[in-house]
Order: sequence, then C-alpha cells, then structure tokens
Amino acid sequence: MYLSREEETILEGEKGPVLEKMMRLLTRLGDIYGADKMIPVGSVQVSGVSYKSVGDPGMAFLEDMASQGAKVSVLTFLNPAGMDLEDWDEIGFPKDFAEKQLRIMKAFKEMGIVVTSTCTPYLAGNLPRFREHIAWSESSAVSFANSVISARTNREGGPSALAAAVLGKTPNYGLHLDENRRPDVLVDVQCEIRSDADFGALGWHIGKLVKSKIPYYRGMPTWATTDDLKALGAAMAASGAVALYHAEDLTPEAHLQDVSDMEKITVDEDDMRETYETLNTGEDPDIVILGCPHASLREIRKAADQVEGKTLKKPLWICTSRVMKEAADRMGYTDIIEEAGGRIVADTCMVVSPIETMGYGITGCSSGKAAQYLPGFCKQKVVFNSVESLLKEVL
Amino acid sequence: MGRMISPGKVEAEAIVSPEPIGFYGGVDIETGMVIEKGHPLEGESVTGKVLIFPRGKGSTVGSYVIYGLQKNGVGPAAIINEETETIVATGAILADIPCIDQIDISRFHTGDVLRVDAEKGLVEKVD
Repeated sequence: MYLSREEETILEGEKGPVLEKMMRLLTRLGDIYGADKMIPVGSVQVSGVSYKSVGDPGMAFLEDMASQGAKVSVLTFLNPAGMDLEDWDEIGFPKDFAEKQLRIMKAFKEMGIVVTSTCTPYLAGNLPRFREHIAWSESSAVSFANSVISARTNREGGPSALAAAVLGKTPNYGLHLDENRRPDVLVDVQCEIRSDADFGALGWHIGKLVKSKIPYYRGMPTWATTDDLKALGAAMAASGAVALYHAEDLTPEAHLQDVSDMEKITVDEDDMRETYETLNTGEDPDIVILGCPHASLREIRKAADQVEGKTLKKPLWICTSRVMKEAADRMGYTDIIEEAGGRIVADTCMVVSPIETMGYGITGCSSGKAAQYLPGFCKQKVVFNSVESLLKEVL
Repeated sequence: MGRMISPGKVEAEAIVSPEPIGFYGGVDIETGMVIEKGHPLEGESVTGKVLIFPRGKGSTVGSYVIYGLQKNGVGPAAIINEETETIVATGAILADIPCIDQIDISRFHTGDVLRVDAEKGLVEKVD
C-alpha cells in the first residue's frame, strides 16, 4: 500500500505511540483487504459502545486509549449505549451496569467523540454528503449512508473506526471503490408493501437469501420514506451482511446500474407470509419496543397520535437519539406517550440493553433487525407486526 | 516466509490448535486459559507461548480480549496463523504482540521451541 511521507512518519512512531498503533492497525487492515492507499474521511461513527457488547475488555481498552491522549480529528459519533444515559435509574437499568457504561462514555468524551449515541447519526447531526468517504460502524447506519445517501463506507469494527477517527483516514478498498458498488442480484418485489413492518420483513427475507451481495430492488412503492428505507436496510444487514443496496427510483445510484442478465429473486405474498411466521416466535408481548433503528420524529409522532388519551396495558419503549427525544419533548409527544404509560428511551436500544435482566421475556417489535437479534442477544420471544397493530394490541 | 501483521521478535515454546480460536468467551482474560468447551486447547494456557492456530472466529470483542490478556500479563508471546482475519489482526496490533500469517502451521507441534521474527515473516524451530 502506498503511504505518504506523513503517514510513514506516523508509522515510524515520530508522532507518538497512539498514532503509531492506530496507523499500524489501518495499514495492516488495508493490506489484508488489498487497499492501494489511505483516503481522508469526512466523519466517523464508532461501534462497541454498550458495556453489554464490549464488557470489561473493551472498557479497559477505551480507558487506556483515552488516558494515553488519543484524540479524534474528524466529526465522530457513537453507536447506542447500553442504557439511557440520563434516565437510566428511573427506567430500571442495573446500577453496576450503569457505572461501567458511564466510564465508557467518559473515555469516549475525553477522546473528543460526540457522545450522541445513536444508530441514526444522519438524523442527529452527522450527515455525510453524496460520495463522501466516511468510516461508520453500525450495520444499519452503514447501509443507510451507502444506499440512501450514497456516501461511501465499509462496515468498520470498533477499533478500526476509532483509528479512522484519530487519523482522519481509512484504507481505500471495498465500498469506497466504484467497481465494488454495483449490484449482484435483482430483487423483483411482486408482493404489496403495506406497512412499516413489511419493509423489515422484506429486508429480513432478502438479507437471508443474498448474504453479503448487493441487491437491486425493483417494484418498491415510491411512497417509501427514509424511515421505511432505514427499516429495510437494517433488516438486510442483520439477517445477512448487506452494506449497500439500490432501489429503483428511490436511491441515488440506482439509475447508474445495469441489471440486465442478472440473477433474479422474486418476492411474492407467500414469501412475506412465511417471513412473518418465522419472525413471530411468541404472542401476547410483555413489552412493546419501537425504534430499531432509532425512531425519527415522524415515527415518534405517529405513535403519540395513536396512544393519545388512552392507557397502555403493557410497557412501551420508543428508542431514539437524544436529539429526537428533545424535539419530542418540546412538541409534547413525550408527555402524550408518558401519560399513556409508555416512555421515550434515548441513547440506547433494545438489542444492546440488558432487557432480559429487567423482567421481560416476550417483546413486540416492528423491526426486522430487532426480530433477528432479540432471541439470541436478549433471550426474548418476538411478536413481529406493524406499529399500528402492536399498539392496538396493548391499548 | 509469512506476512508480518504486527512487529516483534521472540523465542518461546509453541502451543498449536488445529481449530480456530474465538477469544471472546474462548480465552479467560485474567488467566490466559482456553475455556471454550470442547476446544482442542480447553484447559491449556496460552501465556508466554507462541500461539499457533489457523484463524480467529467469533465476536469482534475478541480483539479487546487479546489486548486485555497482554495488559494482564497473561498474553501469548506471539501469534502465528494461516490467515489472520481482522479480529486477531486488530487485537495483536493493539496489544503489540508479534504476529505473522500465511504460514503452513502443520509444520509445528505443541512443545516445539520457536524463534519468531515478525518483520522478516520468519518462524523456525530452535535446534
């Protein structure tokens, strides 16, 4: 891999041991993946934030880096933490867990990382431009940035994202290159897409089938919002490892693609029915959790409209970023949801928080991604349905 | 000749696993013992050894475990792989553990005393 004089200087240790280690990490990963050089990145999103995910080993590493003076050089956000960073006690997150989570957040902040913990950085103040190179980590954020915004990122691990943040660079390979962004498989959507959950189900089904390929969707409804596309991408990245998709008339790079003579998958009503059957592993949820990926203001408002003036029979969490929560507070949506017996939980999500230790065993969700991870990571049975139907069930 | 993943020179006894190693949940960060049930190295210590295995597996938190092993003074002296994937590469680099890949690991056996020179991509038996 070609290195500039400055990069070589860093690798030789002349800018101190932290930068040397970070540069060694990125150049070696670049070698492993066949990168030709390092390229500057406009922003970073670091994963490995929840204490539940990284444990004591991750916490020790992050505290070491912070104490050795590691500082980020570009706008850097975080993936969700394991709890609401402000209201954790009130919501019932365990104290010992909280102490360690707060130590992790302190280490990140010392490194200059914006401690806005979200899987939707693009809704919270970290918005890349078309074709900008970035180094993001969380799989649904990576999918959204690549597919919907048409920025360029590989799926980074926690340490490689941190190194990119400190150096402001990433090795040039994978989805940073035009030739690796072309579709491999045409997905012909023959079924009707009706609800938010249908996008999650469709994504889950396709992710399972195409694994790490790049799908090109034809026949998607043109009324799809960015909320729907985030649900679609999140599910594909969870059941498979899809980091980029194209959707005809919906995503910016779609019209550049030639899909003639391509492997084709048709999705019909039977496929969707089977997917719903597979994802539904329980009934009668103990709790309904929305916001995977983190809810937008539009999604929060929709839920608030539905529960306004009513009483929930089961707990409802809507997970979102602190930024969206503050807007919801200001608009009165938070009050409406709380008066019905629900709550808006910021900074965290159901997958990385310890809900299995908080007395819940069956979770209702509308997210294909959550339905994929809840059984394994959180020992939950899942009721998978649209937000409207889930809320109807618990009102 | 292999490929350097992380630099350093060391001479130590080998411990060889025919199976991949997942460090998170597979190796105890306090003791350096392999704890994965049914693993060929279960109950063995990697501390101070030239740890030889085909490749990493499992959670990406494994990188932090490799770092933690070294910090706790119970890390391997060196890591040799057929193919060092990103979890092990990241861990070895962060922990400053000499690491080489693209090595035919069938040449080595547990108990061999090995000389490792990562910059040269060299692993050889000490006579």
